[in-house]
Formats: sequence, C-alpha cells, structure tokens
Amino acid sequence: MEKELRSPVSQRPLIVKDGKSKTGIGATVSIELNGEKMQVQLGKTILEICKENKIHIPTLCYHEDLCIAGNCRMCLVEVEGMRTLQASCAFPVTSPVKIKTFSDKVRKARKHIVDLMLSEHYGECYSCVRNNNCELQTLAKEYGVDSYEFGHICEPRFEIDSSSHAVVRDMDKCILCRRCVRTCIDLQEVGVLEAINRGYDTKISTFMDKPLADVICINCGQCINRCPTGALHANDPSDEIWKAIEDPKKHVVLQTAPSPRAAIGEEFGLPAGISMTGQLNTAIKRMGFDRVFDTNFTADLTIMEEGTELLSRLRKAIVDKDSSVMLPQFTSCSPGWVKFIEHFYPEYLDYLSTAKSPQQMFGSVIKTFYAKEEGIDPKDIVTVALMPCAAKKFECNRPEMDSSGFKDVDYGLTTREMAKMIREAGLRLPELPKTNFDEPFGDASGAGLIFGATGGVMEAALRTVYELVTGRPVPFKNLNIDVCRGMKGIKEASVKLENCKEEFGFLEGVELKFIVAHGTANAKHVMEMLIKGELAGYHFVEIMACPGGCIGGGGQPIPTSELIRKLRVKAIYEEEASMPVRKSHENPRIKYIYEKFLTDGPGGKLSHKLLHTKYLKRGKYIN
Amino acid sequence: MNDSEKNIRNEFIQTLVQRFGKERTALLPVLQEIQKKFFYIDEHSQQEVARLLNIHPVEVNSVISFYAFLYDKPRGRNTVRVCKNIICNYHGSLEIAKALSTELGIGFNETTKDGKVTLEYANCFGMCDKSPSILVNDQIHERVNKESVLNLIRDLK
Amino acid sequence: MNTLNKIKRTGPVLFSEYEKGSAVKKVLEMEREDILFEIKDSGLKGRGGAGFPVSTKWMITAAANADKKFIVCNADEGEPGTFKDRVLLLEYPELVFEGMIIAGYTIGAKEGIVYLRAEYSYMLEFLENFLEEMRKQNLLGKNICGKGFDFDIFIRLGSGAYVCGEETALIESLEGHRGEPRNRPPFPVNTGYLGFPTAVNNVETLASVPNIINKGGEWYHKHGTDKSTGSKLFSVSGDCKYPGVYELPWGTTLNEIINITGAEDTKAIQVGGASGICLPATEFGRKLSYEDISTGGSIMIFNKSRNMLEVLKNFMEFFVEESCGQCTPCRIGNVKLLEGVEMIEKNEYTIEYIEKLKELGRTMQVASKCGLGQSSPNPFISILENFKDEIFNNKPVLN
Repeated sequence: MEKELRSPVSQRPLIVKDGKSKTGIGATVSIELNGEKMQVQLGKTILEICKENKIHIPTLCYHEDLCIAGNCRMCLVEVEGMRTLQASCAFPVTSPVKIKTFSDKVRKARKHIVDLMLSEHYGECYSCVRNNNCELQTLAKEYGVDSYEFGHICEPRFEIDSSSHAVVRDMDKCILCRRCVRTCIDLQEVGVLEAINRGYDTKISTFMDKPLADVICINCGQCINRCPTGALHANDPSDEIWKAIEDPKKHVVLQTAPSPRAAIGEEFGLPAGISMTGQLNTAIKRMGFDRVFDTNFTADLTIMEEGTELLSRLRKAIVDKDSSVMLPQFTSCSPGWVKFIEHFYPEYLDYLSTAKSPQQMFGSVIKTFYAKEEGIDPKDIVTVALMPCAAKKFECNRPEMDSSGFKDVDYGLTTREMAKMIREAGLRLPELPKTNFDEPFGDASGAGLIFGATGGVMEAALRTVYELVTGRPVPFKNLNIDVCRGMKGIKEASVKLENCKEEFGFLEGVELKFIVAHGTANAKHVMEMLIKGELAGYHFVEIMACPGGCIGGGGQPIPTSELIRKLRVKAIYEEEASMPVRKSHENPRIKYIYEKFLTDGPGGKLSHKLLHTKYLKRGKYIN
Repeated sequence: MNDSEKNIRNEFIQTLVQRFGKERTALLPVLQEIQKKFFYIDEHSQQEVARLLNIHPVEVNSVISFYAFLYDKPRGRNTVRVCKNIICNYHGSLEIAKALSTELGIGFNETTKDGKVTLEYANCFGMCDKSPSILVNDQIHERVNKESVLNLIRDLK
Repeated sequence: MNTLNKIKRTGPVLFSEYEKGSAVKKVLEMEREDILFEIKDSGLKGRGGAGFPVSTKWMITAAANADKKFIVCNADEGEPGTFKDRVLLLEYPELVFEGMIIAGYTIGAKEGIVYLRAEYSYMLEFLENFLEEMRKQNLLGKNICGKGFDFDIFIRLGSGAYVCGEETALIESLEGHRGEPRNRPPFPVNTGYLGFPTAVNNVETLASVPNIINKGGEWYHKHGTDKSTGSKLFSVSGDCKYPGVYELPWGTTLNEIINITGAEDTKAIQVGGASGICLPATEFGRKLSYEDISTGGSIMIFNKSRNMLEVLKNFMEFFVEESCGQCTPCRIGNVKLLEGVEMIEKNEYTIEYIEKLKELGRTMQVASKCGLGQSSPNPFISILENFKDEIFNNKPVLN
C-alpha cells in the first residue's frame, strides 16, 4: 500500500528514497549510534536505523501502517548538540549525528512519560481485554514502574460508548496516541474519529460526540487493531454464546471464516502464518458447540450466486442492450465496504452485487436447509459466525437479515474473542489434534478459502466464471491467478474469453476486465474512477474494507503490520494449493444444495429470497 | 433546526466558499464568518462546510473545539470576555468579573436567558499596560472599572 | 478604535526616522544576496523569543527550490504580558508591512500572510485599510514601484489559541487544521505553508528590517551588545508607574527597567511572559540579552505585596488551558505541575513530591514536542526555587 500518499505533506519524514541518483550528495551518512560508528542511508529515521541495528526503542504513537505523529514522546533519544531530546520516529538523519538511545536523560524522560500516562489511565490491567497484550503495560514493565509516581485516576472520566455492535470505546483507557484517528482518517479515509478540545481536555471523539452507532462508522475495526491499549475493543458476545452452549434446548452451530484460522495461532504465541484449521475445529467441538461448519461452503455459494449475477448482467448489457444494468459489478461480501458505499456513495448502490456475504448466506441456509435436513426447529438453532471482522457483528444485526424467518446469524464472534473463549475453556489450541468440519457441509473448495486475502474473491470468481463460459479451466498455471494476489492497493487485470460455450456466445472475444482494491481509502479511489467514467469497459470489482483483505480484518489478533498480514495470506495460499477441490462449482456439496434445496439454480427464486439482499441509502448526513 | 433555517445557512455558507475557496485553508475564515453571523456553528452548518470543503464533519468539529473563540453550542448574541491574566487580576479584573456576573445574573461560561450575553474568561488580551481590560465581541475596552463595564453591557443589543 | 498606545520610549534604532516606502524602493534596486549580507551584518535575530538569526532563516528559504514561497508575519502575540506587536501594528504598520515586502523580495515569495490573533481583530479594519492604501501607492500588488516585483499581503485571523504563536502550529492553523505543532525537521523554511518554503517572522523582527536596509547592517550592529545587536521592544506591565512599550538597547538591566518605569518595592520580575523565568531582587543586575536573559520582551513586575504562589498558579492554569494536548509531557505534565501548586496552596504537600515535580518539569523542558511544553515548566521551577522562602516558610511540611 502506498501509505506515503495519504500522510499529510508536513508530517512525512524526509525520506530520500534513492540518494545516489537524485541528490548527488551521496546515499549514506556516517553516524554514531550509542558509540558505534556506522554508515546509514540518508533520510532514514533514527527509529528505522535502530530497528535495523536491533536496538529496541519504545514506541506508542508510532505504527508502521500510519503516518508519523511524534506525539507520545516515548521514542525520545538524545542527539548530541541538541538542547532537547528528539522523537526518533520523526527524526530523519541527514547529517553526521551522534545518537544515544538510553542515556540517563533519555531513560528518565521515558519513565516520566509512562508515569504520566499511567496517572491518567483509568482501570486495572487484570480487568482489561488487553491484559498481556497492551503496549502501555509492556512499557510500564520495561521502565520498571512499581508505583504511581504522579498519582492514579480513581474515578472514570468518561462514559463507555457501547452503542455500536462492532466497536466499543472506553476513553478512560485512551492515551491519545491518535493511532485510531490516523487509521480512520488517513488509512481508511472514513473520518469518524478525531481529537476534540485541547490541552488536558483533549479526547478522541466522534462528530459532536455522538454515539458511534449514530455516526458514519463502517465498523471495520481497524482502529481496534491499532489501539495500543484497551480503549477500543470489539463488542464481545461470548457470554451470551456460552449461555447458549449451556442451554440444552439450544443447538449451537458455529461457522468459521478462513482468516481466523490463519491468524488465531498468534493469540497462542505462535508466529504469524500458521494455519490452525483442524485444531480450531477440535477446540470448537470440545467447547460444546454442536456443529462446526466452514464458511467457505457459502463462499463457494457466493461465487455461484455472484458469478451468475455477473453473467446475467453481462448478458443484459451486451445482448439486451439494457442500459439500466450497472457494470462493473462490485462485490458485496465485505460488510465494512457495504456500509462505506451506503454512506459515501449511496447513489451507486446498484453497482453492488445483491448476493449476501458468505456469513449471512450460511445463516439463512442453516436455519432453513440444515434445520430441515436435521429435523431441528430453527428457533432452537443459535448460529455463531467466527469472523476476522468487527463489521460482521453489525451485519448480522441488520434488521433485513432475517430471510430464514429468524435472525439468520445470531452472533458475530471475532478471532480474538474466540481465542479468549478457548482460553477460558482451558484448551491449548496449538497442541490439539485436528478435526474435520462437520457434515452436511463438510470441507469446501480452495476457492472459498482464498476469500480471506485481498484478490481472493476475484480469483475464485474467475475460476468459476471462466469455466462456466468456456468450459475450460482459467488459463493460469495451477489455477493461481497471480495478478489478483499481493498487497498493492489497487490491482487491475483482464482475461480474454475465447471459444465460449454456445449459450455464452455473446461473450466471445470479450476481454473480462477486473479491479481488486483493499482498504476503504483505495475503495474511495476506485469509486472516484467510477464517477469519472474511468471504469467503462470494466466488468467486475472486488473490494475489501480492510487492508490486506479479511486476514487484516478488525477482529484479528493484535498487533497487525504489513508483514503479519503477508504471512497470514501466505498461510492461506499454501493451504489452498494442497486442497483437492479448488473451484467453487466443483464443490460436491454445492452441487448437492442446488439439486436438493435451491432447485431453481443460482439466481433463482429461492436463492433470491435466502441468499440475496437489498442495501440502504444511508448517506453521510448525521442527524 | 427546520429546513428553512438550514437553507439560510446553506446559502450563506455557499457564498463564503465562493469568497474563500474550496480548499482546506478556507476552513477557519469560513467558520469565523458563520460564527459572526449566527453566534455559533451548529451541527448542520458544520456538515455543510465539511461537504463543500470535502473534509469530514468530525474534522470541522475537531477544529472548532480546538479554538477558544469558536463554538459548536448555542450562545448569546454578544460575548463579554474578561482577561484573567495575573496583571489584570491585580488591577481589579476579579471584581469586574463579579460585577458582571451579578448584573447579568449568570456565571462564567453561561448565557443570559434572553440570549443577549455570554460571559467568559479569556487569556491575556495583550493589554497589560492598560489593565484591566475586557473584550466585548471584538472590541477591546481598556482600563475598565465596575461602572464602565456595567454601562457597556447595558448598551448591548 | 478606542485604543491609544503611545509608546513610552522610542529608541534610536527601531524608531529612528523613517520615510514610508523608502526601504522598499531601495531594496528593489538591490541584489537579493546583498540584502542577505546586510541582514547578516546587522546580526538581527528573531524577536519572538527564540532568537534564531534572521539571515540564516531567510537564506535557507531563499535557497530553497520551489514553485512558491511564503513570508508569514507572526502576529499571534499571545504570551501573557506581551503587547509590543499590538503597538507596532497600530502605530508603525508601515515598518511591519515593508519588512514583509523586503523579506518577500529576498526569499522570492509573492505572498505575505499576517496571522493576527483573534483578540486583535479590532485592528483588522485599520490594517486592511492601511494595506489598501499601500496598494494605491504601488507598494503592494503588481510591479511594485515599477521594479517588476509582485507581492501582496493578506491578513488571516486566529481564533484564540496561544500555541498558534509557535510557527508550525501557526502554519497548521493557516492550513485549516487544529493548531498543533509539527515535527521538526522538516522546518518551515523547507516545508512550510502548504508544503512550500516559508519564513515565519515575528512582527518586531520584520519591523526592524526597513531601517537596517536604509541605514545598513553595520549601523544596526553598533547598537546593543555583541551577540544581541540592535534594540528591543519591552512590554512592561505590573506594579510600576509607567507600564507600556519601551524601545531599549539590548543589555539593559532589570534595575534600569525598574528605574525607567517607576517601579517601587519590587520583589520579582517575570521576564519572557508566562513561559519565561521569574527573578528575585538579587538578580536584578542581570542583562536582557540573548547571552544573559533571552526574552521576547515581556516584563511583568511584582511588588512586595504580591503572592508569588498566586502568580505561579495563574501561569500554570494558563498552560493547562493553552497546551494543544498533542504530546504527553505537556498535556499531562502541566496538569501535574498545577496540582502541585494547589497542594502547596492547601498545605498538603511533601517537599519530596515537589522535588519530583521539578524533575518532571525538567523532563518536560527536553521531551515536549514544541516550545510551549518546553518552556511551561520555567515559571514552576524558577518561582519555587527563587521564592522558596516566601512559599515554603512558615508552613508545616506534611510527610
């Protein structure tokens, strides 16, 4: 992602990317770091240099996904000849300097800063969701805080805002590093959170301090992932889920998305990038869930529905010359993105695929098809969705999501919350044996699995659409459509449809053009292209609200970084490569459900009732 | 706020944007003018400004809340500010503050019931050589005393 | 306008005889390098308090390669006890504006912006009219004095934030943001207003320029001391007979100030406003100069009847309110210092804790992001040190 583009000019560090060719001054500068002489690249920040030299500098407001703030002052270092200490995150080295990273002055200042933060930080660590994974707590330990030097606030100053299904704001724990502000405004370009007031009264706020549920928050939860403390966390339904599990009358079914599996190991001390699918299934069953299903099943179903919808749009546009058909078709499986377009581009909602997200499809399939097959009264079924996502909590609570006649998905549970439940159950996830998913949905295709990474939906859709149209597999080695992969903010490519089957003769020779974007800032860019008419001739656009796609979702383990996201993606692609079925339409259970239940086929009447939805023109205006 | 009040504001903001431009640099001048005309910058106006300058409403709100002379809550048609710098304090500003408060029947950071006056403290006006001083709207009054300030506020509309 | 200023003492440097427009006319005939040399010879340093050499600031801005450059006049005179800029703007606006034109010509800017604090908005009409008059006289606008230089000045009002006197906060404010100081580097001279090279100068600094141009850098250098050349405007207030603005040579002692302003029974002088330091009588022999007590010119005099703890509390309340709230040391630190003052006031303190707060103050001086937090502990430390007998004596210390 080109994050530099989004940071304000004034706050960008003076990075000289290629010193040699541009300035002629020479690419390096010699400095002294804690007495050690070294050559470093001109323009690198002291923090970067220290990292490269394995010197740990404490940071709080710094986050590698975000532009530089330099406001927590934790990363201060001493630069010889300067009266004041310098924030190493914001100090680019452009001349020969002597730097001390742990002098007496530096250590004392850092300790003072931790002390000051703690004095205003209400609450106790043991009763905090971020206990043991809190950057402030870690710093307190690093700097040997053993008492509250400057007192400790004993009364809460703010009311907790839990109005939102997705994000809970507890400003008493906020240390005003403003990562959430930079995430919301710069990284995601949603613009819900900003600092208000000044001085001691400064706090992070929504527009006119309204409850989060009443403003244009898209629930992406990216702010949670970047919050160093427990000030932001997801709205946790695990108590209710436990209650349902213990209720003998309830049949509790859990569906799990691919991304939590690729990341939950991190919650148990494993490095990023280790898939825990089988172990997680075991844990879920041992915890008392009655069934565990793979959301990839409905991801495959989504591909069938969305792919069919695309083909029908193309047919209407090309054959019927129907000008009311909106192309390109935009994906609709990311609930953050859906709410984003509902708020920011309500007049373009017709471009969205009407297909529900895999989570919601599963909800209605479980409470209809599954209930019938198993002979269980749907009112006794509790569906829980384990998702990498905060917005899924909002999505399952959308009032229109009741096509089964019941609330289709009862609870959205994040990866972090699942990890907590597993710990509560006393299970050591990494050591558990592997179990398969339960029937009747069993194991899904690899196409569903890669939904977790940016570009995955596109790749999965292409595999199916291309084959439906031409009768041949996509012309990419091992079915890996590499142009869809990778962390570039906006990817675009095309594939030519040749020798089409007779029924798709109208697509003969058509260059199927598609775009993949992740992160709502990039989505915004794509929408601006659409408005300017630059997407004429494009057919399909995949958008994920979160950077990196679902594996970088707002419900995933903390911390996050581009490297962590890449490792999680790698885990998904590796797992996918070894799967026997890698195309949605070849998933035998998909064939089965269309034969037995959705008998009028993809896009048919029952599909439309259960698997498709409508959107709301929300707009930006806040009442 | 009803639609006609909203329209009045929309039209006014439109003229301001024409005058100051659509760039973010126009934000403070635009807010200052809205404030001057309507005495505070209401929710609707904040959103309209945000829309026209292509920024987020919360950013407008954030900027307003930062500056002591911009307000997002209703207030009086006039603002009387008493300097609370130590020099003014030593020259009688505390007594003046008390007199104002008694006369208007309100405390500081409060507005009279008829919406005429909001009373406030402010930091140094740069009039320490002529202290105590008060700022009535944007007019400075130097070397004031209890009698003179009471006359001043009686003249306010 | 109901404000009469009347400068109490006009010295021979800043307020030497000046013919309107003369320096601008002269400068437009000069090479830009020569102007820089003249300023360098004068030894003129920033008058806002920090004392950065003007020639260096202008030289870097002039040397910067950019499509646009800006000269910004910092008229956000918010330091408690400072009012010299008010007087300059009302009585000698030609010096300030012409200083801006000269600066603009030197650094290659076509636009000058005056950032006028909201509290001074009563001056706006007068200043706008003055600028209009200058435009009529072709001292501003296109092709100034027929010499092919285009330059204009615009006034922007602040909205009540002391921190906007910090140059990068001022620029943020101009750009329509919260007035929160930026990281430095990059410095405004490279990356300033809208990302363009920008020279931000104090009103008084700019007002000093026309006479330097007319009379030469050497002439200017003859006044004041070796490292503090020229003269300084002092805003004197508090317990004295003749408060007001005085132009005095650098190197003037506090005792001299006391005499000139007719102060009696003086106990303490706060030099440099709330963010300055507070000196007791034993230090009144010290000189006001960059090499001794550097200051933006605020002199607040307190006589024997004043309670220094009350003074300190007033200052600390000011900082708690005016801190931008961005960086930790300043946002929370100032509150802790104020709480310390209140503890002393209520007689509920321990000396150990007060010492701890002084240590915290020293951290704030080096750890805060901008000058506000770096200087706000000054009164805390200096008043508690210099007036400890008054503040701590006769009070039982709780342990």
